[in-house]
Amino acid sequence: MVDLALQGGAVRASEAVSRSQALARLRIGDVAFRHLTRAAAVTVLLILSGVILSLIVGSLPALRQFGFGFLVSERWNPVTENFGAIAPIYGTIVTSFIAMLIAVPVGLMIAMFLTELCPQWLRRPIGTAIELLAGIPSIIYGIWGLFVFAPFLQDTLQPFLIAVFGEIPVLSSLFAGPPYGIGTLTAGLILAIMVLPFITSISRDVFDAVPPVLKEAAYGLGCTTWEVVRYVVLPYARVGVIGGVMLGLGRALGETMAVTFVIGNAHKISASVLAPGTTISATIANEFTEAVGDLYTSSLIALGLILFVITFIVLAAARYLLSRINKRIG
Amino acid sequence: MATLYAARRRKNSATMVLSLAATAFGLGWLVLILGVLLYEGFSGLSLAVFTEMTPPPGSTGGLLNAIMGSLVLTALAVLIGTPIGILAGTYMAEYGRHDRLTSVVRFINDILLSAPSIVIGLFIYEVMVYPMGHFSGWAGSVALAVIVIPVVVRTTEDMLTLVPDTLREAAASIGLPRSLMIIRIAYRAAKAGMVTGVLLAVARISGETAPLLFTALNNQFWSSNLNAPVASLPVVIFQFALSPYKDWQALAWTGALIITMAVLALSITARALTTTRKQS
Repeated sequence: MVDLALQGGAVRASEAVSRSQALARLRIGDVAFRHLTRAAAVTVLLILSGVILSLIVGSLPALRQFGFGFLVSERWNPVTENFGAIAPIYGTIVTSFIAMLIAVPVGLMIAMFLTELCPQWLRRPIGTAIELLAGIPSIIYGIWGLFVFAPFLQDTLQPFLIAVFGEIPVLSSLFAGPPYGIGTLTAGLILAIMVLPFITSISRDVFDAVPPVLKEAAYGLGCTTWEVVRYVVLPYARVGVIGGVMLGLGRALGETMAVTFVIGNAHKISASVLAPGTTISATIANEFTEAVGDLYTSSLIALGLILFVITFIVLAAARYLLSRINKRIG
Repeated sequence: MATLYAARRRKNSATMVLSLAATAFGLGWLVLILGVLLYEGFSGLSLAVFTEMTPPPGSTGGLLNAIMGSLVLTALAVLIGTPIGILAGTYMAEYGRHDRLTSVVRFINDILLSAPSIVIGLFIYEVMVYPMGHFSGWAGSVALAVIVIPVVVRTTEDMLTLVPDTLREAAASIGLPRSLMIIRIAYRAAKAGMVTGVLLAVARISGETAPLLFTALNNQFWSSNLNAPVASLPVVIFQFALSPYKDWQALAWTGALIITMAVLALSITARALTTTRKQS
């Protein structure tokens, strides 16, 4: 027994070392390993508290200077050192909203296709391909968005939107201005492509977890595939789907590089989604290394703090919902 | 009745066609992005890319320093992050499976897993770059390590939980101390899954740009000094793609192609590893 361990080289077995000493050494090693793993687990907690603490400390100068006004001011002037966060916050929310508006229905549709309609042999390859979309680094989406997608939108979708909605009162201001190519809408569309795989793969997993008996019962009553999905699968998987959507939203809110390429980096709130704007992450990525003066840097860190708080809340809600459905499955 | 039935059938067909269209839409982007990447990237691909430094605008050159920088930063990040991740995952699956600490760590780890990477960059800037007074390769690799840890923690915990308890009981019954049981038995049984976790982590960080922007910064030249700014492929792509120079943009496309191929190869390998394990 212990001899086995000794031979294994964990403790150097020499004639002089007595059995009890060897056992004691093993016990110490055991305790040490246990504490080592525990310390590593605590490290994970320390990292998160470190992130929060460092962001708070870093943003203190800006928050002290501008107070609550930082959250509601639209000014962003590095020369007079006057900063406000509302334009990037607005941009972050609008781009994420556009992304979810497209990615949620499409993602659910793909999940439905994969679980109900797709022939068995094709499910894995298609599922894998969609998940590969999630693996492509965000900078690739950025460079593709800037050189291929934005010019394409400038020539096709944007003139079309302006032509169609130009005459309708409220919508005309939503789609006003020249088609720049880059802008809030383009950023939102790219985000939609990026979060699509997250929503799809989580929805597919929770759809798959619906007990077949329920579906078979509904089919037995003569329901069509759509009716089964709409009235049996979706209600059963609702919590999980919402969790997956929130997880996708968390990604969209914090996504940096792809947005930085195509958003246009303009610190103003425009009614039109065709106009350039900015998001929290794009502002930080664009300006942080060039920021001179403590107040400028501190304002950017304060933006980071706001972003972190928003995503923390969204992700925590997502994890809570997903853990609830996991409990039900398991 | 017949009309109601026909209406239901029609509605069903319509949604099924829509779902098919949605799938084609989703797959279309993958084809489109990879297609453009191959087309633009291949035209710039040559031996010079791998043997020459990043050029000043207007002259030819390669991406050697950026590729090397990326490799070094990634390797260091994995070296720092993997042990911490594996040990933390071990605690969660082996010692404190039903602890309060474990559920808290699992929750926090899941948050870190999808936290915006730019915030990680700000964090490392605050704790390393600012106190040290300069950007450095070390700061870059620590930032990447912070992203590696949650990925490895997650897969390690999941894989160790899958190891049958009978194996642990068998080891305990012959008197093996718990730490040795974990290292010799549990790790060996969960090896494929844990390697997958590390591969996924490498895939994740090799394309990360945001946390490197203000930690490792960038460097036009060859640098083996980790105490100074280090070039990395993603940051070079960012800088070159946004520049007005045509040859820089072409190099950015080539770099993008290299990264994407590396990341896709890694994630497909990781996938293959887990499937062969499931089948056996």
